[in-house]
Amino acid sequence: MPTVKPVEQQKVTLQQYDTVRRLTLGKVIIYLCLIGLAVLCIIPFYLMLIYSTHNNATIASTFTFLPGPFLLDNYTNMASKINIWRGFANSFFIAGTSTVLSLYIGSLTAYGFAKFKFKGRNWLFLFLLATMMVPGQLALIGMYRLFSMLGLLDSYAAIILPAAANAFNVFFIKQFMESSIPDEIIESARVDGAGEFRTFNQIVLPILGPAISALGIFTFIGSWNNFLTPLVLFFSLDKYPLPVLVALVQGYYGMDYGLLYLGVAISILPIIIVFAIFSRQIIGSVALGAVKG
Amino acid sequence: MFAKSIRKDHYGYYFIAPFFILFAIFGLYPILYSLYISFTNFDGITTPDFVGMGNYIAVLQDPLFYKTLFNTLFIWGVSVVPQLTVSLVLAFILNDKLLKGRDFFRAVYFFPNIVTAASLGLLVSLIFDWQSGGLNHFLVQVGLIDDPINWKNDPWFMRLIVSSILFFQYFGYSMVIYLAGLQGIDPALQEAAQMDGAKKKHIFIHIIVPMLRPIILFQMITSIIGGIQIFDQPFTLTNGTGGPDRAAMTSIMYLYNVAFQSTRFGYGAAIAFCLFIIIILLSVVSFMMTKRKSRA
Repeated sequence: MPTVKPVEQQKVTLQQYDTVRRLTLGKVIIYLCLIGLAVLCIIPFYLMLIYSTHNNATIASTFTFLPGPFLLDNYTNMASKINIWRGFANSFFIAGTSTVLSLYIGSLTAYGFAKFKFKGRNWLFLFLLATMMVPGQLALIGMYRLFSMLGLLDSYAAIILPAAANAFNVFFIKQFMESSIPDEIIESARVDGAGEFRTFNQIVLPILGPAISALGIFTFIGSWNNFLTPLVLFFSLDKYPLPVLVALVQGYYGMDYGLLYLGVAISILPIIIVFAIFSRQIIGSVALGAVKG
Repeated sequence: MFAKSIRKDHYGYYFIAPFFILFAIFGLYPILYSLYISFTNFDGITTPDFVGMGNYIAVLQDPLFYKTLFNTLFIWGVSVVPQLTVSLVLAFILNDKLLKGRDFFRAVYFFPNIVTAASLGLLVSLIFDWQSGGLNHFLVQVGLIDDPINWKNDPWFMRLIVSSILFFQYFGYSMVIYLAGLQGIDPALQEAAQMDGAKKKHIFIHIIVPMLRPIILFQMITSIIGGIQIFDQPFTLTNGTGGPDRAAMTSIMYLYNVAFQSTRFGYGAAIAFCLFIIIILLSVVSFMMTKRKSRA
């Protein structure tokens, strides 16, 4: 965290003493704008939490920003209609496995590109980067057909397997690997007689730990938020991940507002919690990935 | 030792093999298969008939395709211009070391970006509801309006709502990317300008913006790719219908309807490739625009 040194602050203040004084009103305006924007960012989610504690009658008739007593009623109402925890478990399973798989395969690939000078390396890496530019919807229809031929429609594999080859993760890990894993470590492992894959699993992977976990949080959230692919490839209600389930509930029980607000809240809450804990890592990994691009 | 490491180089292929095998099967093959389907009238059950360019010709004559394309570009355009400008200004402000609460503001602005887009669409749909929505109740209570407004009945308003959701979700993301770009600019440049008496405004226009040109190009191109793919928010906002007069039906929603609701896979695949060509064209245009500006 960049802390402001008092000495530095003083120097700046002395240098532009006049400017600072003249800008006071401007500064107040800037802070007001920043705070106003922050409030705007939070309000929809605050309303969501508040409304999930009210019943239909209150929601339909008045504006309120205070919590009500109907949270439990909304919950039992929802639980009697859809199995939201099943959707929760689906989301966790899909996001968890595709994150772990894509990180491991991503690290393997990044290691191959970063530390071995094989023929065609640059071309293959360029190809990998180019795939990031291709929108996913291009593959959607072919993917539907492929999985229907393989008999894998409406199965978790249909979401997890394509997600395992994540070009962005390869790119990100390779950047990190080039700066943080010196060739000497790998050389010395070789001298000590470790096989190439043992070197990777026992020496390289642990060093990658911090970078991979930051990227992992981001990959997990991305997978959790995936909507179109499961919507297309899944048919049974008990397979749908949480966001898809909640969106479909709108069509089935569209008039029960308290229930809908609660459903939306439950589908967003895990993201809020993850972000509250890891916001720095998430923002950091976005920034790092972008600049090097 | 050096010779030894050279002998190991073929191991690189083993390390990259799993990725490329998975990608070939689940990434490349589906794309090529989509391309093949786009030349057939495949309905998902009977064997596909080869129809040549038939689907593409039909797409180019399809008024609904143009309408959804217009919707998509309108929704994207209205959100992307303020998004990229506001985020640039915010990044400049939040890069100031003397500003209090920098980390807090960054986190709060970034937060909407990671919220499930589908859930956000549904949430906005609930808040903008005619009878039960919080917004109407609030406006009535404050006295700004007498009767609830039927927001979701107006085609233009629906497009603007989707644009606002996108702005809401992406301005913090763009801001973080600009911030990262700003870290790469030598602070001495700004300090020197400040010494010479340059105002913040001038530093921003004459130093920051030109130095960030590559980042701005990156943002333009990624936002084009993302913008053409808008689906989750308008889909849940309109409960899959596209809203009044299909005003908020985006191209990908149309593709979804054609391919997976009406099971006209060939036609849907042709739409997908037309969209891909449009993405490439727009990316090239924005690339050339930024190039020309930097020469001037």
